[in-house]
Amino acid sequence: MFQVRIHGRGGQGVVTAAELLSVAAFLEGREAQAFPTFGSERTGAPVVAFCRIDDSVIRVREPITEPDALIVQDPTLLHQVDLFAGLSDDGYLLLNTGRSFDDLGLGAFVERFDVDRCVTVPATEIAREHLGRPLPNAALLGAFAALTGQVSVDSVAAAIRERFSGPTAEGNVTAAEHAHARVLQAGRASHA
Amino acid sequence: MRSQIEGSQAVARAVALCRPEVVSAYPISPQTHIVEALSDLVRTGELSPCEYLMVESEFAALSAAIGASAAGARTYTATASQGLLYMAEALYNASGLGLPIVMTIANRAIGAPINIWNDHSDVMSQRDCGWIQLFAESNQEAVDLHVQAFALAEELSLPVTVNMDGFVLTHAVEPVDLPSQAQVDAFLPPFEPRQVLDPGEPVTIGAMVGPEAFTEVKVLMHAKQMQALDVVPRIASDFEDAFGRGSGGLLRTYPREGADTVVVALGSVLGTIDEVVDELRAENVDVAALGIRCFRPWPLEEIRQALQGARRVIVLEKAFAVGIGGIVGQNVRLALSGLPVPVFDVVAGLGGRPITKRSLHTLLADVLHERIEPNQLTFLDLDRELVQRELHRVSQSPRSGPHAENILRDVGTVAAGSH
Repeated sequence: MFQVRIHGRGGQGVVTAAELLSVAAFLEGREAQAFPTFGSERTGAPVVAFCRIDDSVIRVREPITEPDALIVQDPTLLHQVDLFAGLSDDGYLLLNTGRSFDDLGLGAFVERFDVDRCVTVPATEIAREHLGRPLPNAALLGAFAALTGQVSVDSVAAAIRERFSGPTAEGNVTAAEHAHARVLQAGRASHA
Repeated sequence: MRSQIEGSQAVARAVALCRPEVVSAYPISPQTHIVEALSDLVRTGELSPCEYLMVESEFAALSAAIGASAAGARTYTATASQGLLYMAEALYNASGLGLPIVMTIANRAIGAPINIWNDHSDVMSQRDCGWIQLFAESNQEAVDLHVQAFALAEELSLPVTVNMDGFVLTHAVEPVDLPSQAQVDAFLPPFEPRQVLDPGEPVTIGAMVGPEAFTEVKVLMHAKQMQALDVVPRIASDFEDAFGRGSGGLLRTYPREGADTVVVALGSVLGTIDEVVDELRAENVDVAALGIRCFRPWPLEEIRQALQGARRVIVLEKAFAVGIGGIVGQNVRLALSGLPVPVFDVVAGLGGRPITKRSLHTLLADVLHERIEPNQLTFLDLDRELVQRELHRVSQSPRSGPHAENILRDVGTVAAGSH
C-alpha cells in the first residue's frame, strides 16, 4: 500500500487533490481510497486530506499517520502544523514553493531523506501561468506522478478531465504536465 | 458500473435508481452531499417523476415524508445527529403507522458539546423508535443496503434506516459498483402500499386508540419488526443472486466463527478491525470480527449462535448510555445470558476520534493479558490526565466553569479538528 498525505489551506483544493489522485490510480486499475479531515472548514485554515493506493481492496479507515509521500501545498504551514510527522527517511516530500529547501531553512532537515525523493515545485506560479488562478493542486499531482511513479501524468490528466471541463480542465492538465516535465528534468539534471 | 466515487454521491445515485417519488429533506452535515446530489438529479430530470421537497426543518422533512408515504408514494429522506433528534416525534409516527419510508443516517455525534464528527450517538438515541436499523461498513455496502432497504420496508410496511458513518464513508472516495437501472427495476417492483390515503376510497390512518386496544396494536408492531429477522437474510440472499455480490443480512463474521476472542462492532470500523484480525492471526492469536449489520430488530438467536463458543467477547461501540455504559454491549449480554462468556465493553471513536490499528492492537493485548476486567467500561485512547485535571479544578473551586471550555484550554486547541 502507498499512502499519501496532503497538507494545505482551505480553498487550495487539498481535498480535490486527494480525490483526483485516487481517480488517477483507479483509472490504472488499482484500488484507491481518498478522504479528507473535516474541521471548521474555511478559506485559509489548515486542511489535510489522504489517499491510499493499493493492488488489493483497501479496508483500513484510520487517518494516515505514516505516509509514504507528503505533498505540501502551502509552505507557510511549515511554522504552524507538524507537517512531517510520521514521514520515514525513505519517504517522498513534495513542497510547493519557488524557493529551495535551503532558502526555507530546511536544508539540514531534508538531509535525512533521499535527495532524489525531495522536490520543491513552484506549483502556484505554474497554476497562475496555465490556469490563471493560484490553485496549485493539479500541478502538484503532475509533480507527484514524476516523483513517485505511482500514477502516470496521463492518468492525472484523465482524472482532471473527468472532474472538470473546458478551460478549467485544460489549464489544470497543462499545469500538471508542466510540473511533471519539470520534476523529471530536475531528476535527470541531478544525475548528470 | 464500477467507478471511483464519493460515498454520498454513490448513495444518492443508488436511491435514485430505486425511483423514489418523493424526497423530503433538510440539509445537515455530514448528510448534506447526499440530499444535494438528489436534488440535482431531480432538477436535471435524471430522477423523474420525483418531487423534491426542501422543507424548513427535520421535523418537517419526516412529517412530509409520512404524508407522502401514506398517500402511496415511495419516499426517501436523510439526516444526521441533532436532525434525527428533531425528527424524534415523527420517527415514532412513521413506525407506528407502518409507513415504509427509507432514511439514510450519516451518523454523527450529538451535542452538547457540539461536534460535527462521526459516532453512533444519533442512531443509538433512537434505537427503540420502531424503525429497522441497518449498518453499512463500506460505500459499496451503503449502496447495496439502500436497494435492499426499499424492498424490505415495502414488504413489511415498516420504515428502515440505513446507517453510514458520517465523513468516514459519506466523504470517502472509493470504488463503488453501481447497479444498472434495469437490474434495480428487476429487483425492486413498483411500490404497492399496504394502506393508502385515496380520496376515491377514503380511510383514516392514525386513529386514536385507547387502553382497550393500544397494547394489541403495539404487539403487532413488535411482531412485524421481528419478522424482519427472516426477511432481512432472504432479501440479502435474493440480492446476491441478482447482483452477484453479498451484502446486508443480519451478521457477518470475519474470517470465520469459532474464534477464542471475538470483536463485535457496527459500521465502517469493521474494515480496520478486519486488518487487525489478520495481523493477529498471523501471530497465531485466535481472533475474529463479528459485524452487526441489522441492529433493530436485534438478531438475538443468531448472535448467541455466533458467540457461544467464544472465550471472550469485546464489544467496540461508537456510543454509550450515560449512567449505565455500553449499549450494544447490553444487547450482546442479553444474547449471551446464561453462558459463561465474559463481555468487555469498549467505547471508541466518539465525536470523530480516529480508531487506529495501533489502538486496537493495544486493546486486544490488554484484554488478552487480563489488564482489563470484563464488565468494566473502557474508553479507547482516553486521555486520563485531562479528565483528572478537570476533576481537580472542580474540587478546588465552587465555580470552576464549563468542562468543555476548560478542557479545550488545557488541550490548547485553536481550531477543533478530527485529527
